[in-house]
Amino acid sequence: MSGTMNLKLRVWRQPSAGQPGAFRDYEAKDVSPDESFLEMFDRLNERLIEQGEEPIAFEHDCREGICGACSMVIDGIPHGPERATTTCQLFMRHFRDGQTVVVEPWRAAAFPVLKDLVCDRGSFDRILQAGGFVSVATGNAPDANSVPIGKEAADAAMDAAQCIGCGACVAACKNASAMLFVAAKVSHLALLPQGQPERARRALGMVKAMDREGFGACTNYGECEAACPKSISVSYIARLNREYLRAQVTPTV
Amino acid sequence: MTPDQSPERPCLLAAARGFVGSSVGAKALMALSGLGLIGFLVVHMGGNLQMHLGPEPMNAYAKALKGQPLVLWPARLGLLGMFLLHVGLAFHLNAKNAKARPIAYASDRAVASTWASRHMLLTGALVLAFLGYHLAHFTLGLTHADHFALVDAQGRHDVYAMVVHGFRSPVVAGSYVLAMFVLALHLSHGFGSLWRSLGTSSPALVDALRKAGIAVALAITLGFATVPIGVVAGTIGREVPRLDAGGPPVTELGAAPGGREAGPVRVAGGVR
Repeated sequence: MSGTMNLKLRVWRQPSAGQPGAFRDYEAKDVSPDESFLEMFDRLNERLIEQGEEPIAFEHDCREGICGACSMVIDGIPHGPERATTTCQLFMRHFRDGQTVVVEPWRAAAFPVLKDLVCDRGSFDRILQAGGFVSVATGNAPDANSVPIGKEAADAAMDAAQCIGCGACVAACKNASAMLFVAAKVSHLALLPQGQPERARRALGMVKAMDREGFGACTNYGECEAACPKSISVSYIARLNREYLRAQVTPTV
Repeated sequence: MTPDQSPERPCLLAAARGFVGSSVGAKALMALSGLGLIGFLVVHMGGNLQMHLGPEPMNAYAKALKGQPLVLWPARLGLLGMFLLHVGLAFHLNAKNAKARPIAYASDRAVASTWASRHMLLTGALVLAFLGYHLAHFTLGLTHADHFALVDAQGRHDVYAMVVHGFRSPVVAGSYVLAMFVLALHLSHGFGSLWRSLGTSSPALVDALRKAGIAVALAITLGFATVPIGVVAGTIGREVPRLDAGGPPVTELGAAPGGREAGPVRVAGGVR
């Protein structure tokens, strides 16, 4: 085949959560520059199955960059070397023929590895649950534009709401801190009128849950923003800090 | 005490503990104490720069500081408190962060972070080690007791001569300049970052403060470094006679300046 390449893969293999893991080397042959990183893994797994070996476990779902399932650290960078890209949208044209590629799971105490490249991100769900509910008036659907929201606030809220909860921020952070994730979740509601009634309680509850899960603290490295497939800005972390400090002096309901 | 008694109105102590225990609260205190310590550094540097003006302004300033115990001692205690808080929280946060990633990556790459931001504990520890030496040198007079005992013609603690003699050793002067370089690395991240820990989120302002952090770090450390460099280069202290190597000091060894209980100048703004 012309235009294809061969890669050496060093992949983390771990049979289950309790058992020790290790890197194993694989050859990815005849890789097309037009296939995605996950498709390359699919074909490798087909070959492993044909050879009677255990396929490499990795998470994937939408394969269009919006679900956040495809967690893997590729050559030291979550979701690989391309900015603002999930692994499923990472194409093999960004790699060279003969290149060695190291693939590892997210590494964080709060994201324990379940198998190979799959880790348990339930800690994110528990942080979201700690955020609680949003008060809404029941009854008829409200009229459109009955709650005016400024353009800048709407934009900022939408930028934060882009977070797909993939955990790349934690994986990239030297402290395995979840601050960018929590910041995005706290900010998108704090910026909107619908988020106001529980604003202080939400910030306090989510930060407390984040600490309880064993994530690290923020050192303002900026690695999270660089790794985020949705390019969520670290300025939301500063906003979360402000929300948390503000909540200290706000009576909670 | 159970953690779930009356979440609405926790007692003040529990609230304070919860705040310090949270990573956001600890970082806010880290930022505030760091800002306070930077404030001290600015005042200290201002005091030091008087070395360029000669012995009279320097020694008069030192005596004036020492003559204000009601200002001096609260300032010293406040400084010590901020310092202990900053160092204590640094170790606490670092232990928490290390625990958050028990297994390191086989291939770990820094994409966006600066060297200074990734080595705050190292540069902080080096500054701490330097501080121990610096206090022993100029504040407690342990390393050069003969320099420390000097008094000037008016019977004041001769801070000017003490500093000049101290920095005439190229090793001592060099280590001070090196320590200031390490401090610059620490401050270059610290000053830019602390505002975000305190909630400044406007990207334009954050970027301006980040640049200001580098400028502040350079200004403070260059300001400090001019004194040892000035002594070695001969622009400071040419009038101070050299001490005979191993011999007794040339200046008279009078009674300890200003009485022992007042002690030499130790804090905010003085040469320490």
